[in-house]
Amino acid sequence: MTIRFDKLGVVIAAIAANAAFLAPFATFRANRIVPGEARSILESLPVTVGPLLLAIVVIAAIIALLKTPLVLRLAASVAALAALAILIGVAGSFLTPEGNTFARISPASGFWLLIFAFTLLLADVLTRLNLSPWARVGVLVVAALAIGLLLVSGSWNSLSILKEYANRADSFWAEGSKHVTLALGSLAAAVVAGLPLGILCHRVDKLRAGVLNVLNIIQTIPSIALFGLLIAPLGWVATHVPGAASLGIRGIGTAPAFLALFLYSLLPVVANTVVGLAGVPRAANDAARGMGMTDRQRLFGVEFPLAFPVILTGIRIVLVQNIGLATIAALIGGGGFGVFVFQGVGQTAMDLVLLGAVPTVAMAFTAAIILDAVIEMTSTKRREAQPA
Amino acid sequence: MKAWLPSLLRLALVVLLVAFVTNPSWFEPLLKPLTENNAPAIYNQGSLLTLTLLHLRIVLIATVAATIVAVALAILVTRPAGVEFLPLSRSLVNIGQTFPPVAVLALAVPAVGFGEKPTLIALFLYGLLPIFENALTGLTTLPANVVEAARGAGMTGWQRLIKVELPLSAPIILGGIRLSVVISLATATIGSTVAAKTLGEVIIAGLLSNNLAFILQGGLIVAALAVLIYDGLSAIERYSARRMGQETA
Repeated sequence: MTIRFDKLGVVIAAIAANAAFLAPFATFRANRIVPGEARSILESLPVTVGPLLLAIVVIAAIIALLKTPLVLRLAASVAALAALAILIGVAGSFLTPEGNTFARISPASGFWLLIFAFTLLLADVLTRLNLSPWARVGVLVVAALAIGLLLVSGSWNSLSILKEYANRADSFWAEGSKHVTLALGSLAAAVVAGLPLGILCHRVDKLRAGVLNVLNIIQTIPSIALFGLLIAPLGWVATHVPGAASLGIRGIGTAPAFLALFLYSLLPVVANTVVGLAGVPRAANDAARGMGMTDRQRLFGVEFPLAFPVILTGIRIVLVQNIGLATIAALIGGGGFGVFVFQGVGQTAMDLVLLGAVPTVAMAFTAAIILDAVIEMTSTKRREAQPA
Repeated sequence: MKAWLPSLLRLALVVLLVAFVTNPSWFEPLLKPLTENNAPAIYNQGSLLTLTLLHLRIVLIATVAATIVAVALAILVTRPAGVEFLPLSRSLVNIGQTFPPVAVLALAVPAVGFGEKPTLIALFLYGLLPIFENALTGLTTLPANVVEAARGAGMTGWQRLIKVELPLSAPIILGGIRLSVVISLATATIGSTVAAKTLGEVIIAGLLSNNLAFILQGGLIVAALAVLIYDGLSAIERYSARRMGQETA
């Protein structure tokens, strides 16, 4: 019998071996801002647990390296990720000196590389399994529950990012809800305004090029400039239009951030509506006309359902983009997770940066998976319906 | 619309842009009304020209690096030896796009320090995705009869790649580069939050001192650069599509 190697497995095993034996697993710092000291896996875990983790990593890497059944690869990646997630918490409490509240323990490059390697393995397995949209959402829910459980159980509480969180629990949730309001609110506004605009552009040829060009140019304005430029007009509105200020419209803060995100969101929504409507088969339209449908009936009964997956793709782009861009709102006092990112950059406190960045990435990732699943479901439904 | 009007507008924009970055003081009266308390109307902590050139340099380096890596990766996963990686690379590209640029920038700082390097890393990573995606589309949707003909003519895999596949997918790859450049031009401004020397510096100075004139000039220079570069690359794309005998959209 010859041993056959998996090509991706070679990459994964190389990263894992390098990360487990050469790179530091955790960083120990005597307080929040001093430079850290690196600790390897064996140094950062109790005598019995360290070798166990190394064994799990080595076995999982070997499973990845060889051509093995998908189920085994799935089990190996999940086991390795779970072990890493649980044991980084153990390392946190093990490395923190008794009763010391200043010491900070954070995951180091070795930990992140191991997570990366086995996530790669997991992603490969999940891609090859070709999961249905529902199953993908299911995997996401299971992963979210597992992470939630680890957070609630307090096993990560000794890690520095959660110490930053403990110091700012209230503002974390306040900024989080601002972030969500900004991202989702501007999306909703863009859909409400963009769909009719897209339909109009589809029907009126002359309008199309003009509107799309203007929206294209808006996209080229850098986000921080657009956020800043809206301060002045909104400040003017707040002082000159009666009632505007009481609605919360002010020069700085949430209002310009909301408006900027709205403007950025319009292009994908309008453009995809136009593309979606243009892609409706002529035959479908003719048939609908032949059946005596009015323009309005045709729009809602035929064109819209057929264009829906394309429009949804536009909405997905906007949502993922807005969740990321909302971090910049913090620069003009608009709140959101960006507050922690920019504070952290300012204080060179990376744990604080992570406190802002990790939830942002997690939200964007979740939104992308869920919307991708919805898009796939709506477009397969259409494909199944067609031959009938 | 007359055919020469767009070219004239473009030329006017170039002249205006060059005049502004080389002699910003000419435009001072225009920007003065936007300032309060006698604040300076033209950015005075560095030359706009230098910042513009540094901005372009950072985008250029990142885009060239991203193009080389992305096209090489796309070629790799479309060869028989690398086809195993194709589905995974698609999902990785998808996942990569969910990382906000600010997060990439901020997280690169502890690894490489403040300044140009984290910005280059962020721009490189962000630039990879559209180019890779387009190169993949280009290389996987080649007309089958052409590839067959090349094989029938006795071309080796390498010759087919260089003489047939890459030239045919060049317009689509260029489209990806164009997208990536425009995104990078805007994202580079965010690099100034981690002390990179780009036009973002002007905008951030304006945000900090509440000086609208600074924000406007920084934003407009970047937007003008983006529009011009977008146009220029579109023209190259149309030219290469014509050379390949493809229909232009």
